[in-house]
Amino acid sequence: MKAKPGQFIILMIGEKGERIPLTISDFDARKGTVSCAFHEVGKTTKKLGLLNEGDYVETVTGPLGNPSEIKNYGKVLCVGGSVMIAPLLLQVKTMREAGNSVTTVLGARIKDVIMLEDEAKAMSEKVYVATDDGSKGYQGLDFLKDLLKKEKFDHCVAMGPVVMMKTVSEITKPYGIPTVVTLTPIMIDGMGMCGVCRVTVGGKMQFGCIDGPEFNGHKVDFDGLIQRQRIFLPEERLNSVLWEIGGCACGRQ
Amino acid sequence: MADSKPKPKIRKDAVPMPKQNPKARAKNFNEVALGYTREQALEEANRCLQCAKPQCVSGCPVEIDIPAFIKLLKEQKCAEAIAEIKSKNVLPAICGRVCPQEDQCQQCCIVGKVGEPVNIGRLERYLADWEREQGFTIPEKAQPTGKKTAVVGAGPAGLTAAAELVKLGHEVTMLEALHLPGGVLIYGIPEFRLPKSIVRAEVNYIEKLGVKLRLGNMVGRTNTIPEVIKNGIDAVFIGSGAGLPQFMGLPGENFGGIYSANEFLIRVNLMKAYAFPEYDTPIRIGKHVVVIGGGNVAMDSARSALRLGAEEVCIVYRRSRKELPARKEEIENAEEEGIVCKFLAAPLRFISDEKGWVKAMECICMELGPPDESGRRRPIPIKGSEFIMDTDTVIIAIGRTPNPIIQRTTEGLEVTKWGTIIADENGKTSLESVYAGGDIVTGEATVISAMGAGKTAAKAIHEYLMKKK
Repeated sequence: MKAKPGQFIILMIGEKGERIPLTISDFDARKGTVSCAFHEVGKTTKKLGLLNEGDYVETVTGPLGNPSEIKNYGKVLCVGGSVMIAPLLLQVKTMREAGNSVTTVLGARIKDVIMLEDEAKAMSEKVYVATDDGSKGYQGLDFLKDLLKKEKFDHCVAMGPVVMMKTVSEITKPYGIPTVVTLTPIMIDGMGMCGVCRVTVGGKMQFGCIDGPEFNGHKVDFDGLIQRQRIFLPEERLNSVLWEIGGCACGRQ
Repeated sequence: MADSKPKPKIRKDAVPMPKQNPKARAKNFNEVALGYTREQALEEANRCLQCAKPQCVSGCPVEIDIPAFIKLLKEQKCAEAIAEIKSKNVLPAICGRVCPQEDQCQQCCIVGKVGEPVNIGRLERYLADWEREQGFTIPEKAQPTGKKTAVVGAGPAGLTAAAELVKLGHEVTMLEALHLPGGVLIYGIPEFRLPKSIVRAEVNYIEKLGVKLRLGNMVGRTNTIPEVIKNGIDAVFIGSGAGLPQFMGLPGENFGGIYSANEFLIRVNLMKAYAFPEYDTPIRIGKHVVVIGGGNVAMDSARSALRLGAEEVCIVYRRSRKELPARKEEIENAEEEGIVCKFLAAPLRFISDEKGWVKAMECICMELGPPDESGRRRPIPIKGSEFIMDTDTVIIAIGRTPNPIIQRTTEGLEVTKWGTIIADENGKTSLESVYAGGDIVTGEATVISAMGAGKTAAKAIHEYLMKKK
């Protein structure tokens, strides 16, 4: 087992399943395990949520993708959104171990989705919470602008929904803070074969799986990425609904 | 084999291959070519002159003794005939279907000088299918040598190298990154040309020979070549293929509805998107499908799109019919099924609807100039000839390049500027005990040339291992 922060796995739940990428949020080299957090949004993740400890999935391949560049940058700002808070905390942990002072921002749509706040507090110099509706902490990420006016950061890591990473990148850009974002485009093989995860970075086509998944947030074409992530939305929704209607029949494998 | 006098009633043309009728087959994924019956196979075998100096063998990348197996077939000794083939080629049911025999063995056939050459491929397929129905016999293996080898990639090159090595008595573990073995045979070539059950059967045969298969192991990430060697492997063969799709760098290439041929075929073949939602991977096929490119992959993509319900499928190729790199047989099959070819045109940009989905493609007409470095006449754009083509699905089939992961993670492994691994004629790379062959060395080529390279490298690995104490 040789997982590193920043990498992902490809998981296939059953013989007829799709291959989905999940960012690694923790690993135990001695036990040979990796942990991943996921949101139950589609059929695969909903089925995954039904599995119990000791159950099997068809395939897990990985670790895939390039590991993060963890080193002593100085003062690091780590911003995580919703389910990607889990892998963000792995960044926080390793960044701190590398000697950085880390400020962590936990963001989500509503307060119920904020997770791992205590863990974040235990590992960070300072923790801020923000929600889209203001139900907890700051409303939105605008407060970051004030924060950056007051404090100087040497590096920024953003992991979360594309819109959040886009906002963070726009906020850090005027301050010239190198900002690393983790992209999660649609993937199939996850090893460079299909090109469905292509994304434009600095005007060049890059593959999320083998050139990333981390990229310079100031150069990513986020709007293009958002559009590509939605390509199969109708099919994904249909498949999820169909499965829920027929739930029990083909549910657990 | 002195039987060199042609018999009087021998036909000039080859016995035609029975096929599914074009209308019916354009709506199903079943195999198009149905295979010879026993009578047809014998009739075709009888066309072989049993030349004293056979030319066909020199055209075969794995040097099958073609006259010998055909003689055995003529004598109705099918078991011996297939054993003769298998002593040189472990994947005959696959080669009989997808090898470009017309450019290899059959091109050299003497009968071809006066009529159609003996259809060696169809005979190979007949015997392989006959054997599969009977149940495979496992050949005797050499004494175990105690040497351990690893084969990276379970495609044509890797499967062949693995089979050869295990037959020579070495221990073999195959490391395959995907969740199914077969490489391009499973993710690339569609069911109607190469049924997956046949790939499975041939891979099973190789496993029965004693090859161990480890799936979901992406060398370069899960483990690296140096790590594999450190774990006690005496020699490694890399047959990781040319899996990286090429794009054209045109404006709008990232719009919805634009697939690389690899993505399209992986969805359909490997992930069985044609059976969505029974299988979870979706595919969306519009009404007007355009395939860009003129090779076998373009034909496979176009014919798959048609079977998935496209109303109209058009292949756009920048040269003329004469330069089409696809197999003649596949071009004929595609056209019979109703696929249209637009020659001497190339895309310039894509146009999308308000949702970011492709709705049209701007093209430019081409004319052919003098030959380029590939020997084919170079296409030159004709000024002012731009035109718009309506389309809602575009499949880009302009070639594949090597996957860079192994090269990036193996220190000291020398590569070309195109990213292919540098290997000598025996497959030896710049690293001691590391060999490579197939598309990862040559760039995108054929199944059989990859198999030939796997075989050659296996021989070299054997010599290396036996010399090493």
